[in-house]
Amino acid sequence: MGQLSAQNIGVSFDGRQIIKDVSLHLEEGEIVSLLGVSGGGKTTIFNCLAGLLVPDTGKVFLDDTDITGKPGKISYMMQKDLLLPHYTVLDNACLGLLIKGKSKKESRAAAQPLFAEFGLAGTQKKYPHQLSGGMRQRVALLRTYLASDGVALLDEPFSALDAITKTAVQTWYLDVMEKINLSTLFITHDIHEAVLLSDRIYILAGNPGLITDEIQICLPGSKKDRDPASPAFLQYKKELQQKTAVTAV
Amino acid sequence: MKKPQNIITKAAPAISVAVIVCGWALIGETGLVPAYMLPSPSQVVKAFIEDLPLLMQHSAVTLQEAIYGLFGGTALAFVFAVLMDRFDFLYKALYPILILTQTVPTIAIAPLLVLWMGFSMAPKITLVVITTFFPITVSLLDGFRAVDRDAVNLLRSMGADRVQIFTKLKLPASAESFFSGLKVSASYAVVGAVISEWLGGFEGLGVYMTRVKKAYAFDKMFAVILLVSAVSLLLMAAIALLKRLSMPYKNKK
Repeated sequence: MGQLSAQNIGVSFDGRQIIKDVSLHLEEGEIVSLLGVSGGGKTTIFNCLAGLLVPDTGKVFLDDTDITGKPGKISYMMQKDLLLPHYTVLDNACLGLLIKGKSKKESRAAAQPLFAEFGLAGTQKKYPHQLSGGMRQRVALLRTYLASDGVALLDEPFSALDAITKTAVQTWYLDVMEKINLSTLFITHDIHEAVLLSDRIYILAGNPGLITDEIQICLPGSKKDRDPASPAFLQYKKELQQKTAVTAV
Repeated sequence: MKKPQNIITKAAPAISVAVIVCGWALIGETGLVPAYMLPSPSQVVKAFIEDLPLLMQHSAVTLQEAIYGLFGGTALAFVFAVLMDRFDFLYKALYPILILTQTVPTIAIAPLLVLWMGFSMAPKITLVVITTFFPITVSLLDGFRAVDRDAVNLLRSMGADRVQIFTKLKLPASAESFFSGLKVSASYAVVGAVISEWLGGFEGLGVYMTRVKKAYAFDKMFAVILLVSAVSLLLMAAIALLKRLSMPYKNKK
């Protein structure tokens, strides 16, 4: 499980074409970023992939099964943590499992061991408002992971955090991703974040939105070893800056 | 530095009540206003104690009507709010009628209800239902509609159906709003019950009120007015307790 692909999807609202002919694929265990300006149709693509929106043209496949317009297959995490204030952290993490018909006991048993791995040990019985913003995003990722069948869409998940917390959460994220098997498509408008976290990067640009480029990030060592000050890292950032700058104007 | 400030803030309502009662006592004792028009606090307390068994018997009836009516109003409000939230055309069709029911004066429908239903408890409970269901319906609807669209989408992306979205998200998210509507309705419920008792019946604080009014027993009149307030407060306190119990996450800091 964990291979996602979109073929030639296009969406228009009120006669205005938002995205056109978008094709992308995500291999098992990969982290792929979709980089583009805000309002460029990234979220529309995600809504199609998550099955919340039926595209006018094109199809979405998960492991060769057509899942176009079928929600519940791919889990989705947004910029807002959207933790439900009336549930404990544990029950929030279990939400996807509960909705999929698992019993409370089963869901909790599945979630419990992951709390330590996600750096959330001891928070189970708390309520979301008792946690910091960074911790809340951790819970949101745990919820996303538990609800998934191996593929997750992350829509600018760290962009609401302050710079210091963001760096800490990014490090934590790479740490967790080494322990779990989750193919991830990551929306961001932050070039630094894209180079730091991704195996590959798609550039979305234009109006209507098109995928204009695809870049493989090849840096030595694991993702955790990536040094933002190294020449190779800076070279990637520069390349992406040029590519997004040309297409954004 | 903070502590004395706190004590003053907490004592403020007690002080203001004490000042009013003292002022009232002063007016009565000095004979500024004749005692048959404005009885002094001590006379009111005396009247209250004298008639205590009778007052308790009547307030039990009024409280019963208010609570039954409040239950009926809440049940009806749930049906209306859920249907109106689910079907937009029902929202558009029913909302003006809801507003209309609020513009009809209670005092005008009460005698009609007595004519239709007799002197039993039924017309009183019906009136309480009519007066309480509107604030509860509106607060529930507002609660349902204030739910974050993104949260709904998140649940949809997990494959949730409408019932799951309702029970896991919309209903708990509107609890706060629901309880504020219920609190307002609680005071309406007691007043509504008393008003409908004025217009026909054999028992209840409203009936007692009309009797002592006809006897020009101002001290008893004041005693019963205070008792009606106390009954309302009691009902509101019960609702505040219910809110605390049903929203445990609000108490954790």
